[in-house]
Amino acid sequence: MHTLSVAELSKSLKNKEFSAVELTQHYLDRINRSDLNAFITVTDELALSQAREADAKLANGSGSVLTGIPFAQKDIFCTKGVKTSAGSKILDPFISPYDATLSHKLNIENMVMLGKTNMDEFAMGSSNENSFYGPVKNPWNKKMVPGGSSGGSAAAVAGRLSPFATGTDTGGSIRQPSSLCGITGIKPTYGRVSRYGMIAYASSLDQAGPMTQTAEDAALILNAIAGFDEKDSTSAPRDVPDYTKSLRDSIKSLKIGIPKEFFLEGLDSSVEKVITESMKEFEAMGAKLQEISLPNSTYAIPTYYIVAPCECSSNLSRLDGVRYGYRCKDPKDLNDLYLRSRSEGFGDEVKRRIMIGTYALSAGYYDAYYLKAQKVRHLISEDFKRAFKKVDIIMGPVSPTTAFELGAIKDPVSMYLADIYTLSANLAGLPGMSIPAGFSNNLPVGLQMIGNYWSEEVLLNAAHQFQTQTDWHSVLPENI
Amino acid sequence: MSLNKEQVKEIAQLAKLSINDSEIEQSTIELNNILSLMAELGKIDTDHVEPMAHPLEMSQRLREDVVSEADLSEEFQAIAPKTGKQHFLVPTVIE
Repeated sequence: MHTLSVAELSKSLKNKEFSAVELTQHYLDRINRSDLNAFITVTDELALSQAREADAKLANGSGSVLTGIPFAQKDIFCTKGVKTSAGSKILDPFISPYDATLSHKLNIENMVMLGKTNMDEFAMGSSNENSFYGPVKNPWNKKMVPGGSSGGSAAAVAGRLSPFATGTDTGGSIRQPSSLCGITGIKPTYGRVSRYGMIAYASSLDQAGPMTQTAEDAALILNAIAGFDEKDSTSAPRDVPDYTKSLRDSIKSLKIGIPKEFFLEGLDSSVEKVITESMKEFEAMGAKLQEISLPNSTYAIPTYYIVAPCECSSNLSRLDGVRYGYRCKDPKDLNDLYLRSRSEGFGDEVKRRIMIGTYALSAGYYDAYYLKAQKVRHLISEDFKRAFKKVDIIMGPVSPTTAFELGAIKDPVSMYLADIYTLSANLAGLPGMSIPAGFSNNLPVGLQMIGNYWSEEVLLNAAHQFQTQTDWHSVLPENI
Repeated sequence: MSLNKEQVKEIAQLAKLSINDSEIEQSTIELNNILSLMAELGKIDTDHVEPMAHPLEMSQRLREDVVSEADLSEEFQAIAPKTGKQHFLVPTVIE
């Protein structure tokens, strides 16, 4: 059962080939036998009770296409009555008293939450090594990282411990682990999916999306989670199309832009080869390729690493040991309570980003850092606007390399370089996607697709068409 | 622009993070490495560029000033480290 996609499972459940309870138990058994460390919390009992409810709905014919489908929820989404840690010691004691809008939307479909997935602390990281709960292993090679920050979600789907998972993407956290684990992941346009109850890292960049086996599955899940939400002041008041409707459209005459800046020094040559091959595949399907330029995208790293830390230093000030989460033992006064609760509760990378943000926003430095970065951010988004006058979609690599070894990158700045191709879509607020495009040394390589604002349909359509012509997305790691 | 150890201590204070003497050396190096990465931006002329305040250039949506949240005070008290009646407890601030 675990090699079936969401679309296939949905049919099987409807045809009573197996029940939601049987399906759920099968996945729970797989999770319990797994050594990937993909989950922080496994919600066995909750999952089985949700599965029983789903079976009742399926039996009386009132279920939806997603009823009874199990999933893994990134531990950044608040889930009522269940620990929601964001991969941090400081939230280890936090049992959320409410549901995120995304959690609520999956609940009303009567879906089955298997558990909460491991992640880099507060979504800050590109390797999942910044988790308080230990690193996650890549199912393709357990010596390698799964990518981050949604590393647990990516490993869970690639290892078929769950049919799909949820993720969040602030600078590449859906796309990069999807690429490194050989799965399909989409970061929608900023404002498409509600951020309510999604623990904030950098509020002007954060966006949630599905991590799946296929583009078709991503469309099914996006149908359920996208849409305006009163509770999120940055949620966009726009209608949501049925994303499955356009999947089968022809991509003949689709205009694909290839940014030359994504193929400069630093890109692994074997990754480049896979990307070039996949472009040829699109060409064979009738798409038209043309070189474009995104000159300011080369400044995405310094821009992002000012904007995101500034926002995180402000967002994470709420974690003070007073109202929820970890509090240090025997604080001698209020300042000691703040200092020790935060210092003992946060990990090194989170502290670094808080300090960088605090410095960049402090009196006298605001213009030089934050204001400057927001101006460059404007230039980066203008580059995209110009490009989308000429092309329908932009394609290139997701990550400069395939998965690297656990522990191999210790220097923070070197780790930041892993995000070089993904950051600019977040800075501009554009939708981006990663789809499996081939292998290099038995490790998966993802193709990145960036679309214009609100053009998730174009991305999903192109991805689905690619997946009808190739089978990279259905190749499984060994022993699955 | 390069930070010295004293400045790093000051930033930690502002951020309400404690940093001990054995960590300060390493932290100073790492923060300076990150800041030197940002120096790249100095190369770009942004004199006539507007800062981007919102990725979709949307303005803040307003709503009627009515209560929309359910009263979850008991649930929130239940997960707090230390509480009194309808309040959170911290060490004494004023004697």
